[in-house]
Amino acid sequence: MNSYKMNLNRRKFLTNTTAAVGGIGMAFASVPFIGSWLPSAKAKALGAPVEVDVSQIQEGQKITVAWRGQPIFIINRTQEHLNVARSTSNEQLRDPNSNESLQPEYARNDVRSIRENILVLIGLCTHLGCVPLYKPKMGELDSSWRGGFFCPCHGSKFDFSGRVFKGVPAPTNLSVPPHKYVGSNRLIIGEGA
Amino acid sequence: MDKENALKSWVDKRFPLTELWNDHVAKYYAPKNLNFWYYFGALSMVVLVLQIITGIWLTMNYNPSAEGAFDSIEYIMRDVPFGWLLRYMHSTGASFFFIVVYLHMFRAMLYGSYKKPRELVWIIGLLIYLCLMMEAFFGYLLPWGQMSFWGAKVITSLFGAVPFIGDWLMEIIRGDFNVSGVTLNRFFALHVVAIPLILLGLVVVHIISLHEVGSNNPDGIEIKKLKDENGIPKDGIAFHPYYTSKDAVGLVVFLILFSTVIFYYPTMGGYFLEAPNFDPANALVTPEHIAPVWYFTPFYAILRAVPDKLAGVLAMGVAVVIFFFLPWLDRSNVKSIRYRGPFYRMFLTLFVISFVILGWLGMEVPTPEKTLLAQICSFIYFSFFFLMPIYTTLDKNKTVPKRLT
Amino acid sequence: MLKKNILIFLFSILFSNIAISSGGHLNLDKANVNVKDYASLQRGAKIYMTTCATCHSLKYVRYKEMAQQIEMVDSSGDILVDVVKDGLMYSGGKITDTILSALSKDDGDKWFGKAPPDLSLVARCRGVDWLYTYLRTFYKDDSKLWGVNNITFPDVAMPHVLLNYQGLKGISNDNSHHINLKLVQQGSLNEKEFDLMVLDLVNFLSYVGEPHQVERRQLGIFVILFLSIFLVIVYLMKREYWKDVK
Repeated sequence: MNSYKMNLNRRKFLTNTTAAVGGIGMAFASVPFIGSWLPSAKAKALGAPVEVDVSQIQEGQKITVAWRGQPIFIINRTQEHLNVARSTSNEQLRDPNSNESLQPEYARNDVRSIRENILVLIGLCTHLGCVPLYKPKMGELDSSWRGGFFCPCHGSKFDFSGRVFKGVPAPTNLSVPPHKYVGSNRLIIGEGA
Repeated sequence: MDKENALKSWVDKRFPLTELWNDHVAKYYAPKNLNFWYYFGALSMVVLVLQIITGIWLTMNYNPSAEGAFDSIEYIMRDVPFGWLLRYMHSTGASFFFIVVYLHMFRAMLYGSYKKPRELVWIIGLLIYLCLMMEAFFGYLLPWGQMSFWGAKVITSLFGAVPFIGDWLMEIIRGDFNVSGVTLNRFFALHVVAIPLILLGLVVVHIISLHEVGSNNPDGIEIKKLKDENGIPKDGIAFHPYYTSKDAVGLVVFLILFSTVIFYYPTMGGYFLEAPNFDPANALVTPEHIAPVWYFTPFYAILRAVPDKLAGVLAMGVAVVIFFFLPWLDRSNVKSIRYRGPFYRMFLTLFVISFVILGWLGMEVPTPEKTLLAQICSFIYFSFFFLMPIYTTLDKNKTVPKRLT
Repeated sequence: MLKKNILIFLFSILFSNIAISSGGHLNLDKANVNVKDYASLQRGAKIYMTTCATCHSLKYVRYKEMAQQIEMVDSSGDILVDVVKDGLMYSGGKITDTILSALSKDDGDKWFGKAPPDLSLVARCRGVDWLYTYLRTFYKDDSKLWGVNNITFPDVAMPHVLLNYQGLKGISNDNSHHINLKLVQQGSLNEKEFDLMVLDLVNFLSYVGEPHQVERRQLGIFVILFLSIFLVIVYLMKREYWKDVK
């Protein structure tokens, strides 16, 4: 009677304790399985920062390097290009102040770069990920074109600082990856200042 | 009706969930005297699940090509977070699978669990054992070390001994003129997909056939012969919660032993992970000493004991296949060793000793003395089976009680 | 009773054979490796990079992870990148690179008959005792290409790279059964110092063979402790339920 009732409580307690501790054990046991999904040392090595000598880029030229499997555009903008970038009216741009777009703090300025002339962008259209084309010449696309980037997949357009125009499918400006300069010519992509 | 019961009821109308739970767990009545030897069936299932899960995770990073396989294992051991642990769990699990399965099979020999009406359970179990041996053999090639390669070379060349079609058979199994990346890739498919699926199917059938007739027990008494007014065997207890709780204890003890090996003796002195296998496969250099992994060595010793290649292969084959006939070789009307006469006890003891000695011999380099010993032990091994109809008939068995002890 | 005895018999065989080495018939000296001796590992790494890495790659090891694991770190746990680059990386490259040798396989085959193998796993394959003995049993043999032979690995194609440290030994001419080596040319270290140097190198190779071994043993304590506590709880639960069974 009394002892039987006590036994039931004891039984419940022991079963619950077993279940609880067993549950904790299972949680610990899942750590190696889920943990093994994190980037391996090899992935981290391959994703390591990339170094570029910017003195080799000619004025007005764009080069592309790979970082973490992504194309990175590095453009040596001329003074003209910078003028165009600065003079593009905010009315035409979807995110003129880069509020919605992705870039490090040090690239959140009027020309979206650390050094005025060198623009570093992740070369993937923010619409669906195609690689945009570099179209620096005036009138290259149509009579109103002053230079920038054009994505051939769905027609998105970006200015000389990678800012997205209104009326195109891409929602944000071309992203800027973390980067910094070491010395006068070495640009490190993948590591921020 | 509360939420939980409402959900259960909804499912039960569409799938026999409660019925299955009752038939196979909550109202499955097992003998109340199951002892130490009865842990190993449940443990075999646990190891199977462990091998599948760790195996899947290893497959995420393994590269099944001759050029990349060895490197990918080292990648898993070094670069993948916790990769080393996944690898050791899988390699230790393979050896523990055989330890557990051999003890599980031995239980059947102790208590006559293969005898009527459980012959089919036994046969399906042996089919599982055969699949397990193939699974281990295919899996062992995957690290593409020296032992992997040469072990596969030796075993696939055994098929060359078959008359007339031997060479063709060897070539079709290898997929190439020699063991190569082609062999590796197909063994990978068989090891990761084909055999695990077959194993899972066989395990399900194994348990269903067991539950159809009910579990045996250390006294070899059929508990279904004595039922109470509710139709429940008087010497039976519900599998849940009694054997679920008991197996839980067995499981934790097992996990402690398993963890001790994984974390402190992962190579087990070269028995679980062999030293030559840390050397990449080289078709032009044979290692000093080729031996199969420990769980195959008894049969390997029998193979080598016979001087003729084809006869040796046949002897090895018979040594495995003979187990299928056990239910019919055993003419005793008594199931459990507890009530058997002296002949069976003696022969079973000799069988175990010869099996262990053969296992040791299979690892050693053959010498004339060791070969003679292997021949003697093989003789004893086969005598256990071939003489069984005689000595089990002649044996003076004890009286079997009506109720469990 | 019989079955319990059989089981004990089986397990005793299993565990009594744990110490089997892959060496076989050779008398190997015991190498007392300790992969938690980080100072030793760092010395060993240095010896490897200066004397061995020119010919023998460690292609599964990355400088970065190695530096982290042998504790070449500052007080906040960051790798001492410059120390690693200056002290260990003699052919340039990035810290995330794997340790490769400058010797190509073709040149290796040409100059040595057989290209010097990668040594990432040599400690697991041959064993630390073998390595420790091998590196200390070179002796003078003018009939060989490099003027040396080796007791542990007869007719090896490798020169005695540690000759300047150990000196050169020759086979002494006493007629005893056991091969005796006697110093015929002094090295910069005495026998004890040289043994310690080789031990550092073998220690390093033992670490290289299985970089996560320290972590493995540490994690093991925690796992087994947890399971032991869990065993008590599960057993108490089982015993409670089984009170029903007569």
